[in-house]
Amino acid sequence: MKSHNKKSLEKNIKVKKKKRLNGSLGGDICIFIFLTILGLFMIFPLYYSVVQSLKPVEELFVFPPKLYVLNPTLKNFSDMFKVAASLWVPFSRYVFNSVFTTAAVCVCNVFVCCCGGFVLAKCKFPGNKFINDIIVTALLFSSSATWIMQFLVMAKLGMIDKYWALILPNISTAMGLFLMRQSMSTIHDSLVEAAKVDGAGLFRICWQVAVPNSKPAVMTLIIFAFQGSWNFQAGAFIYSEELKTLPTIVQQISLSGIARQGVTFACSVLLLIPPLIVFLAAQSNVMETMANSGIKD
Amino acid sequence: MPKNKKSKNSKISKTLKSMKKNCSCYLMLAPFMVFFLLFTVIPVVMSLPLGFTDFNMMQKPKFVGLSNFYTLFLNDKVFLVAVRNTLIFAIFTGPFSYILSFLLAWLINEMKPILKTIFTFVFYAPSMTTSVYITWQLILSDDSYGYLNAVLMDLGILNQPIKWLTDSNYILPVVVVVQLWISMGAGFLAIRAGFQNIDRSMYEAGAIEGIKNRWQELFLITIPSMGPQLLFAAVVQISASFTVGIVGQNLVGLPSTDYAAHTIMNHATDYGNIRFEMGYASAVCFVLFIAMLLANKFINKLLGKYVGN
Repeated sequence: MKSHNKKSLEKNIKVKKKKRLNGSLGGDICIFIFLTILGLFMIFPLYYSVVQSLKPVEELFVFPPKLYVLNPTLKNFSDMFKVAASLWVPFSRYVFNSVFTTAAVCVCNVFVCCCGGFVLAKCKFPGNKFINDIIVTALLFSSSATWIMQFLVMAKLGMIDKYWALILPNISTAMGLFLMRQSMSTIHDSLVEAAKVDGAGLFRICWQVAVPNSKPAVMTLIIFAFQGSWNFQAGAFIYSEELKTLPTIVQQISLSGIARQGVTFACSVLLLIPPLIVFLAAQSNVMETMANSGIKD
Repeated sequence: MPKNKKSKNSKISKTLKSMKKNCSCYLMLAPFMVFFLLFTVIPVVMSLPLGFTDFNMMQKPKFVGLSNFYTLFLNDKVFLVAVRNTLIFAIFTGPFSYILSFLLAWLINEMKPILKTIFTFVFYAPSMTTSVYITWQLILSDDSYGYLNAVLMDLGILNQPIKWLTDSNYILPVVVVVQLWISMGAGFLAIRAGFQNIDRSMYEAGAIEGIKNRWQELFLITIPSMGPQLLFAAVVQISASFTVGIVGQNLVGLPSTDYAAHTIMNHATDYGNIRFEMGYASAVCFVLFIAMLLANKFINKLLGKYVGN
């Protein structure tokens, strides 16, 4: 009787499993079609801006518009440099500004978040819980919410219209610290203890034990820092032409009218491609880190 | 009573001692904390005291009591429009996009690995971009050469082009759609990862316990075991949905026609960054921060109850 029961149970499970895999082929196809349609809607503007940036002038203004390029050309990109050369400041300067500030933000962000995250995850000290609570609440107040008030702080510190204004506000992100802490708290205590016994200081344990063991989290932080800084619209903090970054310039060029449509798209593609590539290259790392992202009370 | 005091004292001295012992911990935290205090804590906390002042950044702030808040709620019609618009945005890019994120993540999760990667990328990609409003401007252009207008006129749905970006009847829905388009951000990734994280054996156990279909599986196993990720995603989504403004600003200008897409964030930008009435802007920001905190608390309670944290 008992064995029979067990058998029927096993059968039951097998049936269930089968059903999950093959049973609803029709449903799977429906889901696939639904996702594809929605996905096309999501990706279309991105795809189209790439197409537009590759079109020669004859094709740019054809109506009705074509969704593909007949004679792809990089002329828009070279024009972009020409247009930009007629500006006050050579275009390469804007690229440099973007690359420099983004790199600085990524390095500093990873550094402070690794140090802080490690301590919060692996050390017990007075105030630990309090700081954790603050960080979780501060997830709400990203720079998109606080930038107007940040302006006051920066004005007070004399950072307006300096590189500092592009770098410093983006260094300490609550999200970065939070993700790092979550990831590092999955590291086994015995590893940390062993390093302590061997006489390593906290800083050394952090960088030689904890960080190498949470590479996915580091990659994720780099991606988020990269996105944030690369797309940072700092129009309010920067006035000097020679300190402006790419997003501001794209905006300036795009506001200057339809005659430069090809160039505008070339700019926007230049702005668009790096984050996409960085994300695609590291997406498995991101998924692994985000799996630890949950907030537990 | 004195005993109590003594124990309190000894507690404090104990804490001090352990603080001293752990001073390297604080040193490690310090670099983060310095910038965190400067650029997150101070801006948020200072919005209240500055909200009570008249401050133009040239002269010292002048205390004006509640007058900013009084004006804000009783005399500033634009602010009330902004509150309404922000709530509309918050509903669409908050709960709506949250549920959509969940649904998409759930559907994607059942696919083959390569499709998983592709779809995750496709849905997340828009949130990585800020400059693609240019394409939207082309699509939504006001004349009959705007792509959407052209398509709709070809199909015979429209007789004449609609001014999508300047007609105050259409601005809000249009910006909501674009905002929704970029709203699958970190929250979406967290939920996606949460699905991956669930122990497969849970489902087998569920099958033994008599779970019949996908829906039961979803509500009885999947959602309860994803609680922490769902909470995280909720925080991210609240933060994003209450601070919308930049997209609208790029797409339809600041201020938009008839303030049709004006949000609280736009209002604060207007006062803080164009008119430099920082006192008033602080009051606006403070109201926004409080609203975000309340929303967060509410969602936490709601989800916490369901997830059983």
